[in-house]
Amino acid sequence: MNLTLKVWRQKDARTEGRLVTYQAPNVMPDMSFLEMLDVLNEDLIAKGEEPIAFDSDCREGICGTCSMIINGLAHGGMRGTTVCQLHMRHFRDGETIVIEPWRARAFPVLKDLITDRSAFDRIIQAGGFVSVNTGGAPDANALPIGRIEADTAMDAAACIGCGACVAACKNASAMLFVAAKVSHLAALPQGQIEREQRVLGMVKAMDEAGFGNCTVTGSCEAVCPKEISLDFIARLNREYGKAILKNTFPPAGKGGD
Amino acid sequence: MKLDAQIPAGPLALKWDRRRFEMKLVNPANKRKFDVIVVGTGLAGAAAAASLAELGYKVQAFCYQDSPRRAHSIAAQGGINAAKNYQNDGDSIHRLFYDTIKGGDFRAREANVHRLAQLSVNIIDQCVAQGVPFAREYGGLLANRSFGGAQVSRTFYARGQTGQQLLLGAYQALCRQIGLGSVTIFPRTEMLDLVLVNGHAKGIVTRSLVTGEITAHAADAVILATGGYSNVFYLSTNAKGCNVTASWRAYKKGAAFANPCYTQIHPTCIPVSGDHQSKLTLMSESLRNDGRVWVPKKKGDTRPPREIPEDQRDYFLERKYPSFGNLAPRDISSRAAKEVCDEGRGVGPGGLGVYLDFADAIQRIGEAGMRERYGNLFDMYEKITGENAYQRPMRIYPALHYTMGGLWVDYDLMSNVPGLFVLGEANFSDHGANRLGASALMQGLADGYFVAPYTLGHYFATAKQPKPRSDQTEFKKAAADMQELTRKLLAINGKRTVNSFHKELGAMMWEKCGMARNEKGLKELLAQIPVLREDFWKNVKVAGQNEELNQSLEHAGRVADFLEFAELLAQDALHRRESCGGHFRTEYQTEDGEAKRDDENFAYVAAWEYAGPGRAAILNKEPLIYEEVHMSTRSYK
Amino acid sequence: MMSLFRNLFCSSLGKKYLMAGSGAVMFLFVIGHLAGNLQIFLGPEAINRYGHFLQANVELLWPVRIVLLAIIALHIWAAAKLTLENRAARPQAYAQWQPTAATYASRTMMMSGIIVAVFIVYHLLHYTVMVKAVNLTGKDFDARPEFFDAQGRHDIYKMMVTGFQQWPVSIFYLVGVGLLCFHLSHGISAMFQSLGWKKRAYGECLDCGAKWAAALIFLGYSSIPVAILSRWIQ
Repeated sequence: MNLTLKVWRQKDARTEGRLVTYQAPNVMPDMSFLEMLDVLNEDLIAKGEEPIAFDSDCREGICGTCSMIINGLAHGGMRGTTVCQLHMRHFRDGETIVIEPWRARAFPVLKDLITDRSAFDRIIQAGGFVSVNTGGAPDANALPIGRIEADTAMDAAACIGCGACVAACKNASAMLFVAAKVSHLAALPQGQIEREQRVLGMVKAMDEAGFGNCTVTGSCEAVCPKEISLDFIARLNREYGKAILKNTFPPAGKGGD
Repeated sequence: MKLDAQIPAGPLALKWDRRRFEMKLVNPANKRKFDVIVVGTGLAGAAAAASLAELGYKVQAFCYQDSPRRAHSIAAQGGINAAKNYQNDGDSIHRLFYDTIKGGDFRAREANVHRLAQLSVNIIDQCVAQGVPFAREYGGLLANRSFGGAQVSRTFYARGQTGQQLLLGAYQALCRQIGLGSVTIFPRTEMLDLVLVNGHAKGIVTRSLVTGEITAHAADAVILATGGYSNVFYLSTNAKGCNVTASWRAYKKGAAFANPCYTQIHPTCIPVSGDHQSKLTLMSESLRNDGRVWVPKKKGDTRPPREIPEDQRDYFLERKYPSFGNLAPRDISSRAAKEVCDEGRGVGPGGLGVYLDFADAIQRIGEAGMRERYGNLFDMYEKITGENAYQRPMRIYPALHYTMGGLWVDYDLMSNVPGLFVLGEANFSDHGANRLGASALMQGLADGYFVAPYTLGHYFATAKQPKPRSDQTEFKKAAADMQELTRKLLAINGKRTVNSFHKELGAMMWEKCGMARNEKGLKELLAQIPVLREDFWKNVKVAGQNEELNQSLEHAGRVADFLEFAELLAQDALHRRESCGGHFRTEYQTEDGEAKRDDENFAYVAAWEYAGPGRAAILNKEPLIYEEVHMSTRSYK
Repeated sequence: MMSLFRNLFCSSLGKKYLMAGSGAVMFLFVIGHLAGNLQIFLGPEAINRYGHFLQANVELLWPVRIVLLAIIALHIWAAAKLTLENRAARPQAYAQWQPTAATYASRTMMMSGIIVAVFIVYHLLHYTVMVKAVNLTGKDFDARPEFFDAQGRHDIYKMMVTGFQQWPVSIFYLVGVGLLCFHLSHGISAMFQSLGWKKRAYGECLDCGAKWAAALIFLGYSSIPVAILSRWIQ
């Protein structure tokens, strides 16, 4: 296969970027999309040009590092697939492919296709955990958890934090990411103690990072490589509502503001 | 070099208790005066960083990934072992200990392994308390499965994403401490060198992968939790970024490197599809429960698999190992696959693959039944290969998966360099010559949550070293050295890309030091590596500059280290004239092709000591003394 | 209590609650208003009596009007604020962009909302404030005795018939109501989602129900000008 690539090139966060056209000859259908770019980069280096910088690590769809918009679709738009698992057999010979980085104010471009997604880490730091110190945990089976709760928690916890939800949302909203973590811990008994604090803290961090708002278009769910359900966003909304009510009208005997 | 493993005296089961009692403590009020550097944020690193911060130490954590959540521990699929005996099937700490020692082919340190088995039960408790969504039974209790040929069900799992869920648990604990200000995190930062002051590890030099800035960081102790070195083979199941740099540079500063030749091959990976291949993907070993492995009897038979009649197929595992058949251990089935491919009977592109056929199982339980059991794996296979494994057999081939060797550590997980602690896959301690399935996660978390937090305190309480400052000459010199190294790499401006060197190195390592090794091949390899390394330093072309995000430069530094490390690996493989676990020397096998251990001459840890540039590494031996178990021979016939 | 207001008016989720809550009230109004207006099919007596009932109870009418206006203002304020934030969240647009899964209605809520707002202003001027200039008939809908019935009640029936006999007015009405329903086809289920009341179990029913509700409302409202233009009602 021979392909024409239009790739976003940007020197660093401060410099303006632009689309640059490259030819990718002799692409094998069995190559992954990233391997196709590897081969192109080898050519570029040999020719004395700057290779295209892109993020990837595990290349088996679990670490969440790889991130690019292919022809306007996050991760290339294959259901339940990260870009590292997308293979060239899904493209046509002679096709022109446009490759861009995630675009969001909260994910500034560092170089070419690489963005800074540390906003996600800051959201987790604001409450996406259970506050238990190491040691002193009770026996694991002392706390039975029903299968439905455990499965719901696992469905939500499958999030790999790649940021495709933000990239695909027309508002660059991080709701699906936040919803996944809030729902994972809210579904489990271990997460109950800090339930309200957690959702309030994480939503605040999300807002401060400069993500947009959810307008329920469902794009996030459609591109999510782990197919995290939009339902979790409803759950996040519910959790937040309960939390602000409980915060405003605390149970008798507790201090509120 | 003096290698004192510091194994506590007394009965095996009481050693850890005894050690914990003997250890000196740091006063709670004084803990905040100690700084700790943790390099790597996988299971071991994140767990250690979080636990130390909880105790009150001030922690700086470093990772090359853009977020600590992405460390390669995340890719572990199968599960984590623990001697909980929740299934009432006769498991116990002692049994897990014994299975691990035996699985490691009697090349692991007894006391460390026993402690690992003891701590395994605490890990599960800790992870559940953090909210790790382990699989459960309908009654709400934790589910277990038997894994990797174990005779008891002791493996805990979270769908096929156990590594991810455990890592997220540790990552969340770490995030909590970052939020509290007790851990400072440095993502996209690579460790380039270890800094010693007075012979103690007191800091590191790092390069920011975004700005290229080279910085020295000082602390009272350094923890390396930087994973394994499978990527010396270029193609492995490791992430693209996994590297040996942190361990190797610590080695060059005096830390001993133990048993580098113990590398583990996983039998069920998706085969290479062409020259462009950048990594290999693992398919869960559970597939072997229902699949039959075969190749055509005839050489170069390129007919589609379904057209090859039954009598022209060679079910070689069932033929060679009638009692274990398709479930023969990892190393044995891997070697058997390589043998048939070497005979020219391999299938698929390049003839490097064997069939894993589910036709019988599909007939037995139907396609729907298979989908229920392995649906996600079949989907993944189709995603990568474009082939439907319900209709035609899968193609599989072994690939590098895990490395048991690593920096030498004592019972406290401290290397021979005082103040340098090494955790997880980066150390050598617990798996001997071969790791059992679902034990890597267990070791990483045991080291991070439950060992390092105690032993580090003991070091602080006893070493009494002055507080280092990053403007001391040792730090300045180390930073300048690294700037010089970077400048040198960029100045070569030759003709070949970094990746081409890495690929070439990987190919020769796989060929001569992969699944099966022999003296002739290893000697050839030891002649080839220096030539390639020399060519690298003359002819490599590294794009761009230092003061920017430069992936070519990152890779160049890592490959430069692999080119040196590969030689040590080959040297270790050559010196170990026996076969054990993941190290198989073709000269040392029984009549029916089994590994032949030489306990009389090789029951020791080979700890290699750096002797300076261009000089052969010095071999130090830590004898392995078994107080509790008797060495026996594995048999899977 | 302060934190409640802060959370509602400053956080992203809080603003979505305001959006959904105000939307829910307006949705109920849209249904009530439709039920009232459909009485035109029962003849002049029914609708004029209904109109008189509303106008006679000033102490009810005005509070309701004020609350409704405030809710509209809140809905518009929240929409404007959220939209500005959304724009700011992606300062640089994609060179190439394919919407995934998002329906056209969901992507154009702002535009449909703006046009509906313009329509509402017109609609109020037309029939509530009765500004002569906007009804295109040259008649004053508040003129006595022309637009008052035998009992001295405002002749709503005659006003509607006269008003909708104007082609351009009816067409704008149909467009306005059409876009309102288009807005609702996404808005109703999004409202449940934003308030956290949507679940997979009935999510599809809800989406489908929202579309049906929007379609029925459109049919109801559009039946009036269509009946008038086709001289079924005169």
